[in-house]
Amino acid sequence: MPTPDYSQGPDRWALLQEVSEFLFAEADLLDERRYDEWLDLLADDYQYSVPLRMNVEYADADTRGETKAGSEVCWFDEPKSTVELRVMQLATGVHWAEEPVSRVSHLVTNVRIEEVAWPEVKLSSRFLVYRNRVADETDFFVGRRQDTLRKTDDGWKVVRRYLLLDQTVLLAKNLSVFL
Amino acid sequence: MTTGSTSNPCPAPPPQAEDPRRARDLVDLETGQISREVFFNQEIFDLEMKNLFPRAWLFVGHASQVPNPGDYFSSWMGSDPVLLTRDVDGGIFVLLNSCRHRGMRVCRYDEGNTMQFTCPYHAWSYSMDGSLVNVPGDLFGVPHMKAAYSGKLDKQNWGLVRCPKVYNYKGLVFANWDENAEDFLDYVGDFHWWLDNLADAFDGTPGETEVFHGVLKWRIKSNWKFVSENFLGDTYHGASTHASVEAVGIGPGGRGKRRHGERQDQGGHSTGRMKTSFRNGHGASDNLAYEIAYPEFIEPEMNEYFDQAWATRKERLDAEGRRLGGRGPATMFPNMSFAAGFPRSILVAHPISPTETEVWRWFLTDKKAPEPVREWLRQYYMRYGGPAGMTEQDDMENWDYATQASKGVVAQRYPYNYQQGLGTEQLSELDRAVHSNHAISGEVNARAFYRRWSEFVDNLSWDELIEIAKSDDRIDAIIRRQEEEAVTEAAAGKVNH
Repeated sequence: MPTPDYSQGPDRWALLQEVSEFLFAEADLLDERRYDEWLDLLADDYQYSVPLRMNVEYADADTRGETKAGSEVCWFDEPKSTVELRVMQLATGVHWAEEPVSRVSHLVTNVRIEEVAWPEVKLSSRFLVYRNRVADETDFFVGRRQDTLRKTDDGWKVVRRYLLLDQTVLLAKNLSVFL
Repeated sequence: MTTGSTSNPCPAPPPQAEDPRRARDLVDLETGQISREVFFNQEIFDLEMKNLFPRAWLFVGHASQVPNPGDYFSSWMGSDPVLLTRDVDGGIFVLLNSCRHRGMRVCRYDEGNTMQFTCPYHAWSYSMDGSLVNVPGDLFGVPHMKAAYSGKLDKQNWGLVRCPKVYNYKGLVFANWDENAEDFLDYVGDFHWWLDNLADAFDGTPGETEVFHGVLKWRIKSNWKFVSENFLGDTYHGASTHASVEAVGIGPGGRGKRRHGERQDQGGHSTGRMKTSFRNGHGASDNLAYEIAYPEFIEPEMNEYFDQAWATRKERLDAEGRRLGGRGPATMFPNMSFAAGFPRSILVAHPISPTETEVWRWFLTDKKAPEPVREWLRQYYMRYGGPAGMTEQDDMENWDYATQASKGVVAQRYPYNYQQGLGTEQLSELDRAVHSNHAISGEVNARAFYRRWSEFVDNLSWDELIEIAKSDDRIDAIIRRQEEEAVTEAAAGKVNH
């Protein structure tokens, strides 16, 4: 069997369809709080980064518009082991930020393949995470997202997730949901 | 044609005509009750903005955020946007970020480097270069200067308004709008030991700390004083509010260890951990004699660094006759909170309305910390604090829904209870300070905070503010109580004989 050509044509479309469905299914797991199944989709070397955005000059927007993951303060910049701690916290029943449980919807759109370096695929997308809490507490987390997925014998795994949230001052009181 | 003569720095505000007793009537120290109006009344909030924030020493930013000439950092002091700047000669200035012509915010960038702030509206420009202007921040360029002002505009009087009192305490930059305010060192008094522990390196080297790049900023639907009070000495909330993070274990030592890295017999309830409350409003959750060594880490390179740092610090402080405690959490009156241990972090609660606050958080590291230590701290800080932090997330839930449930008409009739430890305060060796008699309970810090708060909000003059806090009547009360107890014990002794 010839190696699929992911650079163009039907194979690329099929790949886009496949990874998009993976992202949508993953979003459903999060919104349904099926965290153990969700954690299984994260590679052991998973890294989750959400840098801080800053008001900078137009000319500096690409270089200084956000803090640097890996060395500076971010909303999140952590490995899978920390994500697992967060899941544990949610399950304690006394994590008051999410008690009572919020209603959350993850919308993933504009999915595009940026690069294929088999078995890894780099994707660009937009995210909109809607959270409603208690009664009228409503938050929108919106921005750009870059994911690196890896095809394994056990299906697709997320290796890297990098999100640029379109806020400098977080307008929600906390980030107790996964973006 | 009048073209000049507004003084710079700004003149003191005119005296207020409000009822001089109002705020103090809302704070009942005898019975330990504080009116909910203190937190939710718009008039009270307006008085705070007028009488407290422009007269108190406020934390503006860290000197390591503006290391080079021309560097600036945008900050807030109460209701006013300010710029923390560094001029050509290395001097630090705090300037009101509002054009003197029509008030436009001349700089809307969070940080950067420039020798000239040019207002986008009509292009008045202000220079940070002392070779072009008398004092950095002075007006430099005015379009059509000659035609518009016949050359008579007195540029020296129309520079960006300069904050008259700025103090760089080991890199921590504080500012005060009131020229008549007491000097910074008098304002902090013996509370400076906590600031030292915040600003000094883990091995005690003075001022050898810097902040990580990136300030967490987030909005909460709550009064700013909920935030100040939380770090001032409210160790009572930890067991319930932070039960989930403590169950998980995110600190040094990992799972099963406390989130601040203490052993299970340290921190929390441990003996000797008394809170410290200062007459002038500052408060800390611990005391200088509460000396606990740095935590045990899983990582050998962390233990190596912190064991060495503790040993060096102990040697240094022992030689100076200083105690090793004083890590906080603590709040410097009115709205700067910090912890000087694990984590090591600064927080400012910027007031927006009675029920909205913008919270900022900075994280500190030793300047000379090796990369693995720096990185470990960075990751710990991020999983610990701020709106994404596993500890702080739960605080905001409490503050916001306490606010919602407190501001109803009926709810407003019932004061909050601040009676913990009332009449059980302990003497302190520190100047005009007392201690709680318990590590967890004890609201002595909050009572002193709100007393000082009411004195400011009632707009006592600086002379009066200084005079009224020259002695600490709580100390007299403790001595009286101890004498009475001695008499009672003596009497009981006689009966027993």
